[in-house]
Amino acid sequence: MAATTLPNVFSGTRSTFRVCPVTTLKVDAAAERLIIWNAVTAILALTLGGTYALLVGLTRWPDIHLLPPAWFYRLLTGHGLNMLVFWIVFFEAAGLYFGACVLLNARLVGVKLAWVAYALMLVGAVMANVVILMGKADVMFSAYPPLEADPLFYLGYILFAVGAILVCCIFLATIVMAKVERRYEGSLPLAVFGLLTAAIIALFTLASGAVALIPTFLWRLGDVYGLAGFGQVDPGAYRVTFWGFGHAAQQINLSAMIAIWYSLATLTVGAKPVNEKLSRFAFFLYILFINLGSMHHLLVDPGIGTAAKFFNTSYAMYLAVLGSMIHAFSIPAGIETAMRRKGFNKGLFGWLLNAPWKEPGFAALMLSLFIFGFIGGASGVVIGAGQLNLSTHNTWRVTGHFHATVVGGTTLAFMGFTYYVIPLIFRRPLFGKFLVRWQPWVYGIGMIFVSISMIVAGILGTPRRHWDTTFTNAVIPVQLPSLTNLMLTLTGISVLIAVTGGLMYVVICVGSLFMKKREARALNPLDA
Amino acid sequence: MAIYSPERVWWKPLGREERLWVTVAAVWCFFMFFMLIGWYFLGEQNLPTRAVRITPAQYKTLADEFVAANQVGEEKGVPIVHPAPGSDIYLVARQWQWTPILELESGQTYTLHISSLDVQHGFSVQPINLNLQIFPGYDFIMKITPTTTGDYSLICNEFCAIGHHLMTGKIIVK
Repeated sequence: MAATTLPNVFSGTRSTFRVCPVTTLKVDAAAERLIIWNAVTAILALTLGGTYALLVGLTRWPDIHLLPPAWFYRLLTGHGLNMLVFWIVFFEAAGLYFGACVLLNARLVGVKLAWVAYALMLVGAVMANVVILMGKADVMFSAYPPLEADPLFYLGYILFAVGAILVCCIFLATIVMAKVERRYEGSLPLAVFGLLTAAIIALFTLASGAVALIPTFLWRLGDVYGLAGFGQVDPGAYRVTFWGFGHAAQQINLSAMIAIWYSLATLTVGAKPVNEKLSRFAFFLYILFINLGSMHHLLVDPGIGTAAKFFNTSYAMYLAVLGSMIHAFSIPAGIETAMRRKGFNKGLFGWLLNAPWKEPGFAALMLSLFIFGFIGGASGVVIGAGQLNLSTHNTWRVTGHFHATVVGGTTLAFMGFTYYVIPLIFRRPLFGKFLVRWQPWVYGIGMIFVSISMIVAGILGTPRRHWDTTFTNAVIPVQLPSLTNLMLTLTGISVLIAVTGGLMYVVICVGSLFMKKREARALNPLDA
Repeated sequence: MAIYSPERVWWKPLGREERLWVTVAAVWCFFMFFMLIGWYFLGEQNLPTRAVRITPAQYKTLADEFVAANQVGEEKGVPIVHPAPGSDIYLVARQWQWTPILELESGQTYTLHISSLDVQHGFSVQPINLNLQIFPGYDFIMKITPTTTGDYSLICNEFCAIGHHLMTGKIIVK
């Protein structure tokens, strides 16, 4: 294999690179190890979160009603945290290192610090998971005070966030150093520009998380150990700062996912951004405006005044929506142009019919684009409107919305991207051709039904985070419309389909890692 | 190619189709923007925005006095109150019951207060599906005018610990 070393400016040391024969990119050996460890940890978190998803889904299926209430709420907490935070952020750490190093031919700056960041994130994730399973943090992902969890739960959260902040700083330092050492020419590739957007959003997101969680941690510490002067946490202030983290964290995913959409369009059909200026402008709109989306959690909160609710309903967030509309045009247009250049010119949609649908990266890209845009994004804009929020807040409609964005959108895109990372970075052929061919379809279609049935159930009044919507043991009986039962059952069945798709993904990853030999030459993912 | 550096000069004018798409999208975004402002004035149901600080103990006192003065019955241990039209009415959220049961008159306006005595709760009226977030320490105040008679169920849709799914209540409109 072609290995090469390049001198590092300032430190005078040299970094070792291998040259990838498929993409001709230089891959930093140290970055490669970090990408592998972060990605593998992400998949472990996904496996854990997916197991909880199955159990929680089967509990909300009225005829099965699997778990007792305590375990339902406990595992729902674990499901939220592992999926929304640990799986996604570990994968994003791998993605940021990949973008900054591999795509720019650059070395990773601060390799030791990157391992410290990994260790902090790992310790934080394990700590939170253990505390949850011990039954000391049945407080949900959002952990609203004055609901109480063990101080170690918040500490785990905080350690993880500190690690994630370090990852963002290392990413920024690496792209600056890549410019200084002239490892790439001209402007950043669009995908790295998108990741840069994600990293910038991540920094203010994580800062907001710290403002929410550190005082809460201190309050619980004071309570448990009887220390005076650690104060109380205002429930309203907590929700403002927590959602500055909790929702904005999903905007990091949005930017990272779109960077991956552009990458997958290039890798699968050779698409080129139609207009670099427009696509970059759309990312820029995200940095400025998208965090206003966080405010939509607070529209029916007490303590927030008319002006704030008024402004955030008629929100400048539509400028971020405009950014999404631009990507929604640019990516399909890039694919169409590339397909037509290859000669697929028959009729209006000949390019689409002849697209490589059997290619898992392409199928994942298109399904993710569809689910995110038409189900997730559209439902988000609707429930973000002030008066409509009155009839959607905390119903399952919200849950349906973010399962379409974070799961059907982001997670599916990340899964599709993995099928390129395994041959290019892990340098192993993919395990199970049949599994790889169908995985995005099974997972995507499962998630389409999960999201839609949740949304319909929510419209009928089904509350989120609820063990028993038949209210059997409640003092005052309540009956939801009979259609609800059908929707909850449909969700349960769709969860089974989606979990099957998730299991296929884990089997492919584990199989490729342990059953396939590492090959000396890098593999072309399109042949693998 | 999105994964490679773009050509040296990428600051290029938009094509015709792109200009058209961006224009339509931007016009629609601005229409929605002004429509949502407009709906505050045109719409008949708006977000409540009045809230005052109150300790859970103070709120409990107010609510107890309200129940004592207006109680007309009881259902399974939960008091039923029939307050005078136009008066201030108090609803208590606590683990795990909405109390009291409010009996209101159709077409009359009331000033509804809601607050929690312990953790956060989710006020959710079914089947009309109207939802609010409720905090301890904040008295959430809003004018309501029930217009359709019947029994309305209250459920809790913010997780409030292990008995969350047992938390229900009722509003009766006569």
